[in-house]
Amino acid sequence: MSQTIFHPSRSSRAFWGTCGVLVVLVLTGLFAAHHMESAGHWVTGMTNRVVWGMPHVFAVFLIVTASGALNVASIASVFGRSDYKSLSRLSGLLAAALLIGGLSVLVLDLGRPDRLIVAMTHYNFRSIFAWNIFLYTGFLGIVVVYLWMMFEPRMNRFVTRVGTLAFAWRIILTTGTGSIFGFLVARETFSSALLAPMFIAMSLSFGTAVTLLLGALVFRLKGENLPAELTGKLARLLGYFVLSVSLFVAVSHLTHLYSAGHQGIERFLLIDGRPYSLLFWIGQVLLGTLVPAVLLLSDRFKHAVSVPLGALLVVIGGLAQLYVLIIGGQAYPMSIVSGFSESSTFFDGVIAMYRPSLPEWGLGVGGMALAALIFLVGTRVLPFLPVPTPDQPRA
Amino acid sequence: MTRLMNCPDPSPAAPARRTFFTQAGVGVALLALAPGVRLVDLARARAEDEPVTSANRWGLLIDTDKCQSGCDECVSACNEEHGIVGHGRPETDAQWIRKVDLKDDQTGHELSIPVLCQHCEEPPCVDVCPTGASFRRDDGIVLVDKHICIGCRYCMMACPFQARSFIHEELTGQRTHAPRGKGTVESCTLCVHRVDKGEQPACVEACHREGHDALVFGDLNDAEDQLTKLTRASATRELRPELKLNTSVRYTRF
Repeated sequence: MSQTIFHPSRSSRAFWGTCGVLVVLVLTGLFAAHHMESAGHWVTGMTNRVVWGMPHVFAVFLIVTASGALNVASIASVFGRSDYKSLSRLSGLLAAALLIGGLSVLVLDLGRPDRLIVAMTHYNFRSIFAWNIFLYTGFLGIVVVYLWMMFEPRMNRFVTRVGTLAFAWRIILTTGTGSIFGFLVARETFSSALLAPMFIAMSLSFGTAVTLLLGALVFRLKGENLPAELTGKLARLLGYFVLSVSLFVAVSHLTHLYSAGHQGIERFLLIDGRPYSLLFWIGQVLLGTLVPAVLLLSDRFKHAVSVPLGALLVVIGGLAQLYVLIIGGQAYPMSIVSGFSESSTFFDGVIAMYRPSLPEWGLGVGGMALAALIFLVGTRVLPFLPVPTPDQPRA
Repeated sequence: MTRLMNCPDPSPAAPARRTFFTQAGVGVALLALAPGVRLVDLARARAEDEPVTSANRWGLLIDTDKCQSGCDECVSACNEEHGIVGHGRPETDAQWIRKVDLKDDQTGHELSIPVLCQHCEEPPCVDVCPTGASFRRDDGIVLVDKHICIGCRYCMMACPFQARSFIHEELTGQRTHAPRGKGTVESCTLCVHRVDKGEQPACVEACHREGHDALVFGDLNDAEDQLTKLTRASATRELRPELKLNTSVRYTRF
């Protein structure tokens, strides 16, 4: 089997122009974070009722996606599919970049981001959040070692072992992220063991989608296309991942609908709780599941734009799904006294209003841009990109 | 005392004499009891270098029959005690204690109850806090260490009673005994600064001052304490009993 040759991205006007746009978005995100911290969180849409808002939607999306972005590397080194090997390095870089982007958003949204060192030195091991700090930093460390094994020919023989560790670690990481919500026993929308496997399925789906999108971008910037055969395989895989997420979503809602105590929240999320019900049916189900599933799996829709469009819709659907889950789940009132209607000056018993503010959008989009920027600059600095084989068409 | 005054007395001078003895009796009783009450308070007080132990478990009993709808003296007293001032933004302003109006979905019966941190024996906020900033003292009081709270708000997500507030903006008029900080989470401390001095929480005092006596503070571990006697004498319930948190705040008569 021929050895794949790798090289860095080519310096071009398009490459640096794209980086420039991303830098502007990152700076906007930093400015937004600074504004939120100096003025206080009252300038955001978050309140004492909706305590986690738009930044958390983006942060959770990026963290979950980071885990899934390692799919290609795992398929190559854990499941022995050597045809995926040419994109393994990119896969590792993307995973690290997305995680850094997500964690940046999470940290910059803290009430006291200046106390990050406290989070690194004080641990409560009963907290799944504390465990996640280890899982995230550990994942970064493992991915760096994984990349080293891939880059250094003398270390190549360890790739399978480190890849297996990374694969196991990322499954645990996504389980941990899902459990941040699943362990919230007091909140009926979240408290569920199903969230952990659902988050794993989400990570596989979102991660593959972002790999296809950013992979296509970085290849396009050097005047090439993603290898067509791999793109086709990944697109098909993405289609199945999308369906697997929809299965978990369906089972989760059906389980809730079966329980009398959960019918209120289900009615809210699925029927009359706008904008959440609209986001669910149009954003998550139609645009995020049905259309991409058809685009990616049906042979009748084979077209040059089918795969990037399908992947983009999966990303949009994923963000909608997390918005409905995280914010919709908080907006619905939590019953304190069962069997009683409640009202108070603290908004007991009413649907909480939440409108994401500009700083929140700025911070969230800034995190996405940071991930993309690290990814692009990484490909420029080190040889992450495979040299095209002679039969590969140029863009 | 009312019963005494209603007793028939044939003597014409009796009313004046009776009033005198009654008032004198009340005075003597107050003089005799006041130091005793004070002594009880002092006995509960803890020296600064004395560690908090699980010998006490401070708690609150709320009599929903006595709690008046429309009265929010407990809320005002709490705000005054801890320097909690609103910014005219009710969705982000802090509330350590709030009055919740309840209406029975089946019968339509209405009542009003104060809701505050329930000082759970198994507090979900303490379980989820990544840094250990949320903690439970050995005497059952659940607090936030403002020095290591990073403002992640996971405790607010976990609290079953929505009893925690995030400080969304700059603070003014802080009290030295109740340090607060922008970007951190806070909740009812059961007036720990008062409890450690052997005093009652501000909300309990205010309710008593108003003559409602709907709030009774005490030591759930002390069999002789009024709170313990009351909780034994009548059925009490905790909010969200399905979570089995064994709260230190209990409600009676509903």
